[in-house]
Amino acid sequence: MKWISVKWLTVYAVVYMIFLYAPVILLPLFAFNTSTIIAFPLSGFTTEWFVGLWYTDTLHTALGNSMIVGVTTALVSTLLGAFAARASARFAFPGKTGIVGLIMLPLVLPEIIVAVALLVMLNQLGMPLSLWTVVGGHVLICTPFSIAILSSAYRGLDRELEEASFDLGESRWGTFRRVTLPLVLPGVISSLLITFTISLDEFIIAFFLTGTDVTLPVYIWSQLRFPAKLPSVMALGTILLAVSVLLLILAEALRRRSAARQGVDTTLAGV
Amino acid sequence: MTRKDDMNDSIKPMIEIRDVIKKFGTFTALHGITADIREGEFFSLLGPSGCGKTTLLRAIAGFEPPTSGTVAIAGKDMAGIPANRRPTNMVFQSYAIFPHLNVEENVGYGLKTRKMPKAEIAREVAEVLSLVDMKNYGKRKAHELSGGQRQRVALARALVMRPKVILLDEPLSALDKKLRDQMQMELRSLQRSIGITFILVTHDQEEALIMSDRIAVMFDGQIEQLDTPEGLYRHPVNKRVASFIGVMNFLPARVTALSDTHLTLGIAALGEAQVPRDRLGKDVNPDKIDTIGVRPEMLTVLFDQDERSQNKVKGEVVDTEYYGDMTYYEVRLPGHDKPLTISMRNTAGRSVVAPGSTVSVGWGIESIVVFGE
Amino acid sequence: MAWHFDREAGQGLKLISPTLLYVLVMLAAPLLMVITFSFWTQDYLTIDTTPTFANYREAWTTPLYQVLMWRSLKISVIVTGVTVVLAFPIAYYLSFHVKKRKALWLFLITVPFWTSYLLRVFLWKVILGYNGVFNTAFLELGLIQEPLTFILYNLNAVVITLAHAWAPFAILPIFVALEKIDRSLLEAATDLGDSPMRRFFRITLPLAMPGIVAATLIVLIPTVGDFITPRLVGGTDGLMISNMIQIQFGKANNAPLGAALAVSSMVVIGLISAGIFLVGKKLGGRVR
Repeated sequence: MKWISVKWLTVYAVVYMIFLYAPVILLPLFAFNTSTIIAFPLSGFTTEWFVGLWYTDTLHTALGNSMIVGVTTALVSTLLGAFAARASARFAFPGKTGIVGLIMLPLVLPEIIVAVALLVMLNQLGMPLSLWTVVGGHVLICTPFSIAILSSAYRGLDRELEEASFDLGESRWGTFRRVTLPLVLPGVISSLLITFTISLDEFIIAFFLTGTDVTLPVYIWSQLRFPAKLPSVMALGTILLAVSVLLLILAEALRRRSAARQGVDTTLAGV
Repeated sequence: MTRKDDMNDSIKPMIEIRDVIKKFGTFTALHGITADIREGEFFSLLGPSGCGKTTLLRAIAGFEPPTSGTVAIAGKDMAGIPANRRPTNMVFQSYAIFPHLNVEENVGYGLKTRKMPKAEIAREVAEVLSLVDMKNYGKRKAHELSGGQRQRVALARALVMRPKVILLDEPLSALDKKLRDQMQMELRSLQRSIGITFILVTHDQEEALIMSDRIAVMFDGQIEQLDTPEGLYRHPVNKRVASFIGVMNFLPARVTALSDTHLTLGIAALGEAQVPRDRLGKDVNPDKIDTIGVRPEMLTVLFDQDERSQNKVKGEVVDTEYYGDMTYYEVRLPGHDKPLTISMRNTAGRSVVAPGSTVSVGWGIESIVVFGE
Repeated sequence: MAWHFDREAGQGLKLISPTLLYVLVMLAAPLLMVITFSFWTQDYLTIDTTPTFANYREAWTTPLYQVLMWRSLKISVIVTGVTVVLAFPIAYYLSFHVKKRKALWLFLITVPFWTSYLLRVFLWKVILGYNGVFNTAFLELGLIQEPLTFILYNLNAVVITLAHAWAPFAILPIFVALEKIDRSLLEAATDLGDSPMRRFFRITLPLAMPGIVAATLIVLIPTVGDFITPRLVGGTDGLMISNMIQIQFGKANNAPLGAALAVSSMVVIGLISAGIFLVGKKLGGRVR
């Protein structure tokens, strides 16, 4: 696009970023606003909505539920992702494209389809809905992300490194402990953080599959109906955003450290 | 076919490879390899990519157990013994320097596995690093090393284990020409001084010739010829080996007369020649002779002053390539379309003949290699 | 060099089997069940398992469902088009004009995506509403005389909100495709006499096509399945087929019909995706 000057592209990029950040910037603004009506002009600064969150028991329950779901999802999907990423980065086997394609399918499948399909199966099997059914659905959609992160970690791991360790007299377990694990560990942690964050934010599957125990997004959904609750929701959203961003920065830093350790160019890996 | 060098048979083999076959699914990578590799020798597996040389090396290392056949190292059958318990160590093509460890930790990696005390590890590592001229780089990480330095670390990491055999998988292919030449000399003299058996895999015939005591030339999963560098160059067993090692001019030829001691060959463009029968390789059947080969330096472009050569033919210079110390002439002889390559040393007072000139080409019977079908 | 087929294949399959098993049990089996389900019928509180096409007949002939299906496709296609077209210049800018701190830019692009999805949609409602940020700001600036009403509770709002929600998913694949283009190819095109514009259409765009196709599919497919955005900002004429699927599984309690609607929309979207993929492949492969 050289015929369009760089100046106009830059202007466009700035406008686009404003578009991207418009809702994100509003979130803290209204969270600290004294008025319960979510509209301009702002009426004054307050932290009462944040303080209020501290005393909302239903929120704490929802948060606890989300933590259970998020942590379990992160552990299981990272484990499943590690198996699949290792297999696809290291080995050739029949049907590989199809198998990997099937595992990555939830990435493009509408979440409502995943949710509805699981709901139908659980109903048919007569299994009650609970936080664990939510975990089941979340693992499904988080595993592809884990695979994407860990694949780049495993690809950077030259197979000759493991062979060299083995050749130098180390056992398979010793090779895993002394070579493989240190080299992919940052990727594993990065995967744990990202999958946790996705699970924490996920609404559609949680909405369909949860029973009486609600997760945080389902709680937010229920609160959106009550105008008086909106400022608290804004405050909650602000906290969630801050936590997500912190986790992401951590994940990105770890991923880059892993790439640097493996001597890989960091600009493109993992994108 | 194996050409035995009788003089050296007294030296006991370090590695005995017997009828090794390796199949990957339906693909056969090694078709029954048999060879002995002697203690303390610098041995090369030479061949084009896909010939099975790396597979054979990995079979010796223990990474690719043979489908059938045996590999014995120092008299001990290696069947069922994995790579981590074999008395061999490998220098990998990528060098495989552990990126999260520094040079010292890399070199000490295997010693730590052996649960050697720390002080002893440090001593051994320092010793081997100074052997490969890397003693000032102990704290560096892999990405802070140049290609040549990585290669030295990889070698040091293998040497420190005091293996019976060091296996090198195309260790110089990632280096640029000048560094490669230097590392060839270093590797060779290091091997001489420590006396460990080295097995080198390479596709570079020049590298193999320079460094090796003996070379196994491999094609399509088989050893075509196993010989000293000079033996390979001067007495290639067939056209494929001849054209893989150095440059060879091929000319159609057939036997016109046969006696108990000699055979007479009619050679395209060069004419008749009498060859003693004992000059034939033992696989060559006189009835099947169809080609002779002659190396560029075995032919001469005759200048006025040297008329001593036994045989000469007239030809036309079609092209010249000037290399400073040498000039390569492409000379077309009547009755043979493809010009012959002739290399001439540029000695004092001899100037390069221009393309288009007619020259005499001299050749000697002792320089001819005879090939059957 | 050599293929380590037999042993490798075994190890690879063994390694991937836990993940594969999980996906078979938790995805493939449920999807098959949904398909089976769609051929059954709801009989008040029980399910009649006699196979029938009745649900499909209803799904494809009822005017309401037809309208919703068409609208879903229309909205999805518009959203996808808008998102990808808006995303391309950004990806191009990042790949060709941002020299330092590319990773930071990419990170900044993904940050808004990590705001709770529900809240993002809700905040668009706040921005676009009658007393919203947009209207108050523009009234204040005197750019408009009275609040604009055509921006909330209709299709426009759905398009804006979804284009925002899927932005990073459109930018990243295009960016990766552009990054992969060997810059010497562009120099070669210039060297051979192409103007910058011709060069863009003959080299850059065709080579970026895989990324554009990936971006298109990644945005298009999930968009059809979204029911939050239409519900929050779409008003009545912004409702989509997914809302109906959700209603059938929820309040209406007619899961088999919901299943038929879900399968139908998946088949339609699958066909469209395959079409886009093939067209993209053809456009990308041919350098004019």
